[in-house]
Amino acid sequence: MELVLALAIGVLTGSGVWLLMRPRSYQLIIGLCLLAYGVNLFIFSMGRLYVGAAPIMPKGGFVDPTAYADPLPQALVLTAIVISFATTALFLVVMIAARGTSGTDHVDGKEREQ
Amino acid sequence: MSADLPNHMIIAPILIPMVAGAIMLFYNDRDRQTKLVMGLVAAGLTFLAASELLADAKALTDQGAPVVTLYRLGDWPVPIGIVLVLDRLSAMMVMLSALLAAPALIYAAAGWHGKGQHFHSMFQFLLAGVNGSFLTGDLFNLFVFFEVMLAASYGIMLHGSGAERIRAGLHYIAINLAASLFFLIGVALVYGTTGTLNMADIARRLADLDEAQRLLFHAAAGFLGVAFLTKAAAWPLCFWLPPAYGAASPPAAAIMAIMTKVGLYVILRMSLLVLGPEAGPSSGFGAAVLMICGLLTMSFGAVGILATPQLVRKGGYLAIISSGTVLTAIGFVQAGGGADLLGGALYYLIASTAAISAFFLIAEPVSRDDETAEQSPDQPRLEPASERWEWTPMGLDTVDDTALPASSRTVSWLTMAICFALISAMLAGLPPLPGFIGKFAMLRGMIDTNIGLSGALPTMLWIYAALLILSGLAALIALIRFGLRRFWAEAGPSPRILALEVVPVLLLLGMILLLTVRADAVLSYARETAQSLLSPAVYREGVLAHAARVDAAPPQNHAPYEPPAEEEP
Repeated sequence: MELVLALAIGVLTGSGVWLLMRPRSYQLIIGLCLLAYGVNLFIFSMGRLYVGAAPIMPKGGFVDPTAYADPLPQALVLTAIVISFATTALFLVVMIAARGTSGTDHVDGKEREQ
Repeated sequence: MSADLPNHMIIAPILIPMVAGAIMLFYNDRDRQTKLVMGLVAAGLTFLAASELLADAKALTDQGAPVVTLYRLGDWPVPIGIVLVLDRLSAMMVMLSALLAAPALIYAAAGWHGKGQHFHSMFQFLLAGVNGSFLTGDLFNLFVFFEVMLAASYGIMLHGSGAERIRAGLHYIAINLAASLFFLIGVALVYGTTGTLNMADIARRLADLDEAQRLLFHAAAGFLGVAFLTKAAAWPLCFWLPPAYGAASPPAAAIMAIMTKVGLYVILRMSLLVLGPEAGPSSGFGAAVLMICGLLTMSFGAVGILATPQLVRKGGYLAIISSGTVLTAIGFVQAGGGADLLGGALYYLIASTAAISAFFLIAEPVSRDDETAEQSPDQPRLEPASERWEWTPMGLDTVDDTALPASSRTVSWLTMAICFALISAMLAGLPPLPGFIGKFAMLRGMIDTNIGLSGALPTMLWIYAALLILSGLAALIALIRFGLRRFWAEAGPSPRILALEVVPVLLLLGMILLLTVRADAVLSYARETAQSLLSPAVYREGVLAHAARVDAAPPQNHAPYEPPAEEEP
């Protein structure tokens, strides 16, 4: 499971970084999304990996914490997802506006001179 | 203030702007005058709260009491729940942001707030984010406030629209989104290694880390460093700043001047609290990077300000120089440079932020109607910029001085010229203005405490001293060259400048003047702040001391990797 998760994070982040370096704003936004997914999975893994363990302890009394997954990274991921979703949506609007004003989807607002 | 009663004043600088911004959304956006009044009232209330907090922090230290005051959001026990922490540094920074708000708002009233939607709401949300970043004591909460601040800044940067602004905004948002992801990676690694996100608790648990975890923690510090250095505009992460600030409308740029300081604040806080003198094997981690980055940032800013023809972009480079100056000082102090150097740097930070804010406000009026510049060979104007200056202020019909005799135009023009000269002198570090006082205090602290050192540090200090003076000289040359050409070699009629555009600049200049006259008081406050920053145990124990009282609470699962045997009640 560690390997699968590590590969998933690596592939997502690697593709994200590659797309981030591309000149088209569409590639940029997809790259940012993929990077955000990779980072979110990474945060998740920082609470250590548990299989089939509930993140919340039952009410009353103290229980063996090893039987439960760490709930904090899950809360962090939730916040991070919401924030990156909102900022990406905002970015999308700016991207469309840039396309409208400059007439091209190049991130510099003009095509490179050949 | 009783120890049991929470000091609710601490959350006021976050709540006031946030509530004010939210209430404004209920009004029609065309009702800008109401929103302006509400914004000014909110800025005034924030100022009152900030001065109360500042007095609190100062009085507590003077009595020798614990220097940090806690505010537990949600009233959870301390290392578990999120806390707001007030100490001298955060009180000072909140005060600074409160002081910069009103001038930018008044300036916006001259017409800029009518150029787009919801300027006033976004402005208040930006302030809430900035103040929250200064006050929070939790790393993830810091991320959230950072995002509040950044989301508002995206809107406010794009305020007024236009092709150039959108293009610069696209870059600005992309850079900041990527930096935020770095921030998240760093936060996750910190949690993975130390099992906590409370800044004071991180510092405490750092001592227990084994070698492998410490390496990971250093990686986390590196990731966080990249995020904050991007925000603080350190070379080579600063190329986004001049275009973004140059394209933003003047009131937006004026309030965004505080945003680079948020990055600096976090670097200062984390590097001295977590990686400071008492951190054992991690002590001084990253100090060399801060120093070298800072020195290169200063050089880059100095070259940039001479090279760029546009006045607003010069403002961006001034912000970079100011960041680099403080950053290098933080690096030196982390490596053991002494409290006097840091005190001077903090004083310089306050003064230069106010001056840069004023500079962004004055840059647009003095460049307005720039017909002569187009004929001048070494003042090439970029197309979108000249389009931008053609927009004359509108919205509020405050002062219409076309009907007035030419003399009254000359008066406002002359006022602007004098203000420009004063701000230039301040930014260049000429006596007796605070730029000089701050740099002098830094140089003196540097020489007094480090005279007998050997190794690479003295060489770096000499380079720093030289760059402090050279960057000032570069700023002076660049600004005076512009000033001469604009104010003295001008034949045509003076452009229209509204009273609402002169007043905020005068307000900020008054603040700078106050910093000059009361330099002694501010400097001694800054020195004591520096001293408290250099003994991180005070902050750490101040935050965690309150945790002792809740030991009766059921044991919490701090660290999932601890063996379960220890967790049995």
